[in-house]
Amino acid sequence: MTNITLKQLCKVYDGASEAAVKDLNLEIKSGELVALLGPSGCGKTTTLKMIAGLHDVTSGDVMFDENRVNTIRPEKREVVMVYQNYLLFPYMNVEDNIGFGLRMRKIPKEQIAQRVKEMLKLVQLEGFEKRKPAQLSGGQKQRIALARALIVRPKILLLDEPLSNLDAHLRDDMREMILTIHREFGLTTVFVTHDQEEAVLLADRIALMFDGELQQYAPPKEFYEKPRTDRIAAFFGNRNRLDGVVQGDMIKTAVGDFKFNQSIVDANLAIDGTEVRMVIRPESISLCKSECNSLTVKIDKVIYMGTYIRYRITVDGNEWDIIGDPHEIAGYQEGELACFTIPAEKIWLIHKT
Amino acid sequence: MTKLQKREPRILHRNPIRNIILLGIVVGVILPMIPQLVWSISHRWYFPEMVPTEFSMRAWEYVGNPSTKVTRAFFNSLIISSVVTIIGVVIGLPAGKALGMYKFKLKWLVELIILAPAIVPPLAATIGIQVIFIRMGVADTMTGVIIAHLIPTLPYMIVSLSGVFANYDPEFEEQARILGANKAKTFLFITLPAVFPGIVTGSMFTFLISWGQYILTILVGGGRVITLPILLFSFTGSGDNSIASALSIVFVLPAIIILFVTSKFLSGKSSGMGGFGSI
Repeated sequence: MTNITLKQLCKVYDGASEAAVKDLNLEIKSGELVALLGPSGCGKTTTLKMIAGLHDVTSGDVMFDENRVNTIRPEKREVVMVYQNYLLFPYMNVEDNIGFGLRMRKIPKEQIAQRVKEMLKLVQLEGFEKRKPAQLSGGQKQRIALARALIVRPKILLLDEPLSNLDAHLRDDMREMILTIHREFGLTTVFVTHDQEEAVLLADRIALMFDGELQQYAPPKEFYEKPRTDRIAAFFGNRNRLDGVVQGDMIKTAVGDFKFNQSIVDANLAIDGTEVRMVIRPESISLCKSECNSLTVKIDKVIYMGTYIRYRITVDGNEWDIIGDPHEIAGYQEGELACFTIPAEKIWLIHKT
Repeated sequence: MTKLQKREPRILHRNPIRNIILLGIVVGVILPMIPQLVWSISHRWYFPEMVPTEFSMRAWEYVGNPSTKVTRAFFNSLIISSVVTIIGVVIGLPAGKALGMYKFKLKWLVELIILAPAIVPPLAATIGIQVIFIRMGVADTMTGVIIAHLIPTLPYMIVSLSGVFANYDPEFEEQARILGANKAKTFLFITLPAVFPGIVTGSMFTFLISWGQYILTILVGGGRVITLPILLFSFTGSGDNSIASALSIVFVLPAIIILFVTSKFLSGKSSGMGGFGSI
């Protein structure tokens, strides 16, 4: 059981003009499952490798509980990492691969064999001891890599893109396995992903990074309901935004006035005269129920997605999406006018940038 | 799980082209050895006789006698070539890693300088550094010869190793560290097996080039460091065909042994394993 604390963590690679990770502050509680999410090159893997001790820290601290571990070598940190491409040692069979960490710790042979067996049972690959990595499928390789990491009884488990190399049907299995192992071992687990869906499905909390900087650190739900910026909202599939000025409990915009719920938005923004940007989830918008908080617009595009329908409209120069159940919102053609309501309690406000 | 089937050892291959190539190798390597073998046991063999008229083991007795120069020369050759190979590996590993894995400014220039001895005759360089060797006191010594032999051999070692390093994924080393291996164990269990085919290939080239070196040895060794090629030349020049032939067989043997031992690393699956590139 280990808390991880990153304090003002910075990483500048040799010869690079810009920092890969800038002033990162992050607290990961013991036993928590945290996702480092972001597009490629945002510094998430660099952060993971700094936690593992594989990359030196340029400045700042990596703390495990109360201990500063900056200078502790990777083999002494009791942290394990499973790489995206598994990195099974090709000339060793499965048994030797899984037992590698224990051999390095000079554990007696019989004990290693016993623990390898237990691990293979855990990852549901019993009887695979003598196979070579080249004889395994991608999903099997990943499970062996996981077993190889867990056998050393680490305090912290790091996973680099654990699901992105797998086929869709294997992803569900692997996700279940990671969750089960996480629960059973109570390991502090950090994983890196570029896929927001993967992060939402697995993580207790998500740390979203852009360009080496932490954008928001919160439970998955908040990224949908309370994104801190419109870039974060867009990363989570929400481009619907509208600029306006606060006046009482209303926001005055170019396309009409909208009532909002002051108790759910940031209090600093709900002040008269503040220039704000409304952010509304595509699935929160419904067909007109009343005059209040509604707007009538031309439908630019209708996209039928099977289980739901997507309308594309333009509001004050911004492209919006509206998503809903076909039973509830269907019936409009491209070019038709339609009336939509934005519920007051679904309006989230951010600073106008 | 399918069991690996044991194949019957076969000499001839199904593919006729490969059989022709095999035949070529046999003709090219083994046929020239036959007259040498005959010469080495002949006592009297004059034109126009097809076979020697008298046989004797005189040449082999001379070659096998530990009190003659041959034993000394054989061990000198063995020591020089082995030490050159070991030094070559020690220099070649970091150099090959740098060239195979890293990008840096003026890399093309470094590559060119390293490859130069393979293109420019090393003789030219050796004559130049002979003066320095004399000043350093290594002229006419084994040390001097070893240093001189490094000049033509290092390019082959470095190129072999940079090839495997180019396919090598350094994250294997990271993975080993994370699993609890310190730097030394990581090198021993991960890096070394990964680049082993490159080490074998480079060592083979190095050893054989050094083993066959005549001009550099005579120049730097000044005739005082006697190796097999030097002895061979002097016997060839003196007209004693029997001893020269026996010596040449002794001279070729290590090459053939090395070729057989290392051939599995030069072709097929195991060379593809270099740097774990195929996985």
